[in-house]
Amino acid sequence: MSVGIVSYGAYIPKYRIKVEDIARVWGDDADILSAGLMVNEKSVPDMDEDTATIAVEAARSAVARNNIDPKRIGAVYTGSESHPYAVKPTSTIVAEAIEATPAMTAADFEFACKAGTAAIQACMGLVSSGMVDLGMAIGADVSQGAPGDALEYTAAAGGVACIIGSKESEMVAVIEDTYSFTTDIPDFWRREGMAYPEHGGRFTGEPGYFKHVSGAANGLMEKMGTSPSDYDNAVFHQPNGKFPSRVAKMLGFSKEQIKPGLVVPRLGNTYSGSCMMGIAATLDQAKPGDRIFATAFGSGAGGDAFSFRVTDKIDEVREAAPTVEGLLADPIYMDYAMYAKHKGKIRLT
Amino acid sequence: MSVARFWRNQIHRYNLVGTHCKTCDSYYYPPRNVCPKCRRDGEIESHKFSGPGEIVTYTVIHTAAEGFEHQAPYVLGIVQLDEGPRFTSQIVCKPEDVHIGMKVKPVFRKLGEGGDRGMIYYGTKYIPA
Repeated sequence: MSVGIVSYGAYIPKYRIKVEDIARVWGDDADILSAGLMVNEKSVPDMDEDTATIAVEAARSAVARNNIDPKRIGAVYTGSESHPYAVKPTSTIVAEAIEATPAMTAADFEFACKAGTAAIQACMGLVSSGMVDLGMAIGADVSQGAPGDALEYTAAAGGVACIIGSKESEMVAVIEDTYSFTTDIPDFWRREGMAYPEHGGRFTGEPGYFKHVSGAANGLMEKMGTSPSDYDNAVFHQPNGKFPSRVAKMLGFSKEQIKPGLVVPRLGNTYSGSCMMGIAATLDQAKPGDRIFATAFGSGAGGDAFSFRVTDKIDEVREAAPTVEGLLADPIYMDYAMYAKHKGKIRLT
Repeated sequence: MSVARFWRNQIHRYNLVGTHCKTCDSYYYPPRNVCPKCRRDGEIESHKFSGPGEIVTYTVIHTAAEGFEHQAPYVLGIVQLDEGPRFTSQIVCKPEDVHIGMKVKPVFRKLGEGGDRGMIYYGTKYIPA
């Protein structure tokens, strides 16, 4: 039985702050930072937006794009590291808002930046086994970076929802296979009740991102007997522009292959939405028959690799919901003071 | 707002679910259990509104109620839905960008919250279409 993406939807808040505006406050060199990170600006949520509202907007776009009957969705899983409640699921809010309730299951996922792709894999299992007709996997975040911390330059807001099904006639992309690579690494964490995450310095690069992304990517290509030249496009988790560019080169993918999905310079790191946003942006411009390789990374740490084959259906549904390029267009820029207010960084009492 | 009161209206706030009287073809939001025109002859059914609308009138709030102080100045408007009923909503845009007759569309946003420990209330607001 085949399994694949039946529909997808993305959401990005309208507000942006430029790296130079953050650098000015903390006395950093904006040019060096922008060039080093390959990030020029990042998205900022409105004051009444959070992970739940972003997840709902992405989910509604996914339902609309392929005109899905929400009652067919038997599972809603929302992956995030910024769920609005410590205890109370984001996924029940989403399921109620898309009218998928009540004959369905729901849960929230958490695995740093790859909780959304972990949810895709869970949905793949549920639809493959016949337990549900369709499953919805969401990656959404309003990610946090402590004032003055390196993460503040990239921690952004956005989300993507994918509806996973098993009827090939409905799919926009068949998931040919998936492979995960997971170990216990202290590269990034946030303790209960803490406002901002911590990162484990030297564990972030080689032992974290590069080991797990290349481990998952090489594992999948070895399992499938494919090589980078078999793919038209590739997407790698994009915490900044530098990491996905470097890991693509290490694995043998070209700059042209990763170009359509590399949205981080204009968006920042949307954490659980990051790799899925790259997949959505790549699907937005994909042609039937294209093969797309994608690997998400989550600190802690793990990599989830996927191989997609785009179907003829993509041309029918592409324009039925906002594209990532459309969501990136016409941003409203804000200064650091307004950004601090939006992100609740100003102590009021 | 109490947790129970919000929960009772949750489905209407999330998805603009109101009612329709099949007898006189009138639409109601918030939903009515009895049609005020047809009374006992009315036949009420649930109706999900399509969403888009037009601003009938608006005001700009500068002195906001508790919980909304940091959003001021913000726009509060009356939106006429395409099916007819009027819906009072925050209009998410700059005060200088709003005007009577402006086409608007619904979005899912936080409506408020019961302090740091209470529930977060979600529902429909409007943005320029």
